[in-house]
Amino acid sequence: MWSISKIASLVHEWLSNTFSATWVTVFEMVIAGVLVISLFAVLGLILVMMERKVSAWIQIRLGPNRVGPKGMFQSAADTVKLLVKEGMTPNGADKLLFNVAPFLAIVVSMLLMAPLAFAKDFTLWDINIGVLYVSAISSVSVISILMAGWASNNKYSLMGAMRSGAQIVSYELSAGLSIMAIVVLTGSLNFNDIILSQADGWWIFKGHLPIWIAFIVFLIAVTAETNRAPFDLAEAESELTAGFHTEYSGMKFALFFLAEYVNVFIVCAIGATLFLGGWMPFHIGHWDGFNHIMDFIPSSLWFFGKTFFLIFLIMWFRWSFPRLRIDQLLNLEWKYLLPISMVNILLVTAMAILKWHF
Amino acid sequence: MYLVNYIKEVLSALRSLLIGMRRTLFYFTHHKEIITEQYPDNRATLKLADRFKGEVVMPHNENNEHRCTGCTACELACPNGTIKVITKFDITPEGKKKKAIDKLVYHLELCTMCNLCVYACPSDAIKMAQTFEHSVFDRNQLTKVLNFPDSKIMDGVE
Repeated sequence: MWSISKIASLVHEWLSNTFSATWVTVFEMVIAGVLVISLFAVLGLILVMMERKVSAWIQIRLGPNRVGPKGMFQSAADTVKLLVKEGMTPNGADKLLFNVAPFLAIVVSMLLMAPLAFAKDFTLWDINIGVLYVSAISSVSVISILMAGWASNNKYSLMGAMRSGAQIVSYELSAGLSIMAIVVLTGSLNFNDIILSQADGWWIFKGHLPIWIAFIVFLIAVTAETNRAPFDLAEAESELTAGFHTEYSGMKFALFFLAEYVNVFIVCAIGATLFLGGWMPFHIGHWDGFNHIMDFIPSSLWFFGKTFFLIFLIMWFRWSFPRLRIDQLLNLEWKYLLPISMVNILLVTAMAILKWHF
Repeated sequence: MYLVNYIKEVLSALRSLLIGMRRTLFYFTHHKEIITEQYPDNRATLKLADRFKGEVVMPHNENNEHRCTGCTACELACPNGTIKVITKFDITPEGKKKKAIDKLVYHLELCTMCNLCVYACPSDAIKMAQTFEHSVFDRNQLTKVLNFPDSKIMDGVE
């Protein structure tokens, strides 16, 4: 049967037979880069469309329904519009920082793609500290937002950027601690090891209550980290026009927009990998027939299915809850999520030592 | 005791969030009823809410008579000078002079559809219509005279 990993190894074989080792590395890097960029573009189109449709259905509307069948080409038309628009740089802005910020945002999301396991035996960069790498790189994204807010020389941008700085720095803690819960149970920072440890059941089923708590804390924290409603204080349309990207237009704005949606995809992919077993199919104990049928579904489908389920969950949050005030936001983190996840990690550690999990 | 309250608070917060999410999930999964109007498609059958305010009109009856006495209450009530009442004096059969409107000029381009003129009118001469397709190529066409040519005031309206 054809799988992504098989195609990848065939390409590698062909390249190794045709070119010398140096050129093979160069070509593979180019191919990986092109694939990541095209995945970005496709994800941007799909996620924007999905968001608009989900929001419309939740609000009893139809959503976009003019361009193409059922309005499915709306996001493509918007992309074309953004491509031909002029990218203005305001006169009073810090020109260099202003133009670098959107690229930094997109580069951070690209770096985060590297250690994800998209399918069985298919990872761009299989490093043994994948989880640490992801939590380290994801905190760089706040720099691009601060950069954009400061360089714009605009009060709304600066306020949005400062809020988002406070928000991302504080929510990183509880996101990190809830990720630690899984690391404690598996004893590995490698994404592939974490997925393989879930072969006999996903952590969310094996881990009892503490993992459920960790999962909920993780969901809340990553919603805040990606600056999405109800934690979208960084752009808060009704208060700050558009927050840190008030002054951006055209493709520079589109890069921020794209980075936001790709970040949503990445954090959901990490959540799916850690808690829902990544590409691991759904298995129930000793029902061999059932397990066998589940194995027939390609591993990449499992991965994307779980990820899109989590993305739907985060979109569902966005269209259900009102935005928090900045003091409520920080209260939630420092008085609730952080103490809860700290106690929770003690519980998980006790569970791991006493072997209470399945 | 503090800890018990803390846990209770967290659980009740989660519960209320779940109630909200259950409601939105209900809307998401029951996609039959659509509350928005598919406007250009259903132009013929479009139903607007009663309270929809499109533009100010002056209803006339079949004898080309309106109810406006020319009291300028609407002009005074308008916050941005949309209405201008131009009055004249009619000579009644008894030889008395009587105030009446010559023209009631309405600037649609200035109007914010606030409805204050309709509230101010003591004789129900003007009302809000439900039309809303107001775009024209020439700005002058937005300045309208609300009373029809040669219209008179209705009998019995003072």
